[in-house]
Amino acid sequence: MNITLLEAVFYVLSAIIAVCAVLTVTTGKILRSATYLLFVLFGTAGIYFLLGYTFLGAVQLMVYAGGIVVLYVFSILLTRSDKDMRYKIGKAKLVSALLTCGVGAALVIFLICTNTFAWTEIPQDIIELPAHKIGMDLIGTGKYQYILPFEVVSVLLLACMIGGILIARKH
Amino acid sequence: MKQAFLNYYDITPVTTWIHETLCSVMPEGLAIFLESLAVGVIVLLMYAILAIILIYMERKVCAAFQCRIGPNRVGGKGGLLQVPADVIKILTKEIIHLKRADQLLYALAPFLVILASILTFSCLPWNNGAEILHMNIGILFVLAASSIGILGILLAGWSSNSKYTMIGAVRSGAMLISYELSIGITVLTMVMLSGTMDIQQIVYNQADGWNIFKGHIPAILAFVIYLIAGNAEANRGPFDLAEAEQELTAGYHTEYSGIHFGFFYLAEYLNLFITSGIAATLFLGGWMPLHIPGLDGFNAVMDYIPGIVWFLGKTFFVVFLLMWIKWTFPRLRIDQVLTLEWKYLMPLSLIVLVIMTACVVFGLVF
Repeated sequence: MNITLLEAVFYVLSAIIAVCAVLTVTTGKILRSATYLLFVLFGTAGIYFLLGYTFLGAVQLMVYAGGIVVLYVFSILLTRSDKDMRYKIGKAKLVSALLTCGVGAALVIFLICTNTFAWTEIPQDIIELPAHKIGMDLIGTGKYQYILPFEVVSVLLLACMIGGILIARKH
Repeated sequence: MKQAFLNYYDITPVTTWIHETLCSVMPEGLAIFLESLAVGVIVLLMYAILAIILIYMERKVCAAFQCRIGPNRVGGKGGLLQVPADVIKILTKEIIHLKRADQLLYALAPFLVILASILTFSCLPWNNGAEILHMNIGILFVLAASSIGILGILLAGWSSNSKYTMIGAVRSGAMLISYELSIGITVLTMVMLSGTMDIQQIVYNQADGWNIFKGHIPAILAFVIYLIAGNAEANRGPFDLAEAEQELTAGYHTEYSGIHFGFFYLAEYLNLFITSGIAATLFLGGWMPLHIPGLDGFNAVMDYIPGIVWFLGKTFFVVFLLMWIKWTFPRLRIDQVLTLEWKYLMPLSLIVLVIMTACVVFGLVF
């Protein structure tokens, strides 16, 4: 089989994402789980870079790897957490978990079967999306432009900040 | 803006020639893979050599500020072989394994720190045509990649299973997250002035004057804020409270030995270099020679100095400034560090951003 360099990179990244995603939920230690999650996010960022969407890739690194996982780790460090999370799982929980997994797997397999698998989507030549176009689309009001979600998200963030200050305030 | 004067030392023809020669004897994918491998080896070599130069420079500068001579025994008069000897010593040391520590995270943490450092290191504009990681959002990628290092520090502190490392990690984690804000806002200020996030394009835009002259008052203010915040981001004095020896022995890397400790040490020095390199790129023109509009003869002479000399010269100048600060001011307390950022530096950088925006909008920049 003749595969190009970009395809090889894609398969390596996909393997990393798949293995680390499984490890995230199967490991017994909460901080290890957060670390595996970090590698899943690295892999996702790598796929964005592969598609030429470097802006989203960098934002993925910054917000998820540098922001959210760091916050997870911080909150784990600052709270009392059990070193080992191997709890007994009840029968009802087990059945519901298996059911959810089955539905999720069925959905993914259905999507893969009805659409073609990603190897036709791997670009053979990376074309970067210009940053100027992303910026204009984010604050544009036309079709496929995102001023309303952008503003809604900023209001949501403001509400979060006010909430945070209210909780942290000394009475 | 492709001007003739920029092309004396453009290395693009050389790299294109290498690529074409390789492509003529093997498939393109393999050629690109081999080139990436070679570039990776070059980056690692530069990383190691620069670390040795920086450590030597730090010892000499520190000695000068404390009225000492510094290393002067090993390798002739200047003590030139002192640092290489230290490197060999650290390479031969045993890497210890802690009982009751999380082995995986303990081994992983130094690599996360050094990964973040090398990723940002390869974004620096070394010369005309010598960009390694080049993308149109380059400076955003630098900010994103540098935030990976925080996680390495936190994991190192936690997985060592010791109180000192834990306190050191939480302290430096809190400090790094805070000072990232100021860095981000000042970088945004300069992006506002340049109108692009592409690192090479930022350098090209400074062909008719460096940003610090073009942006006058807000740019100088942003430069000062960037230097303070960058000093904190590189975990160096007066913000080196992660390793306040009296209280915490050596902070988050207390329990590390051998080359794993070496990785933290290397990353610290190279982060200093990267901070300075980004400052040189954003404010002092990267590899761009000094040009004064109107003095054509002077400009032509300046163009004969290669870009890499300009870049290294500017970067080492900023490194010297930061070392000067480190060996002049005493260490701050953690609450003072956080107060400085959240109550003074961050609001100030926001004001500078607004001033810069107003200047750019009303055409008050050169």
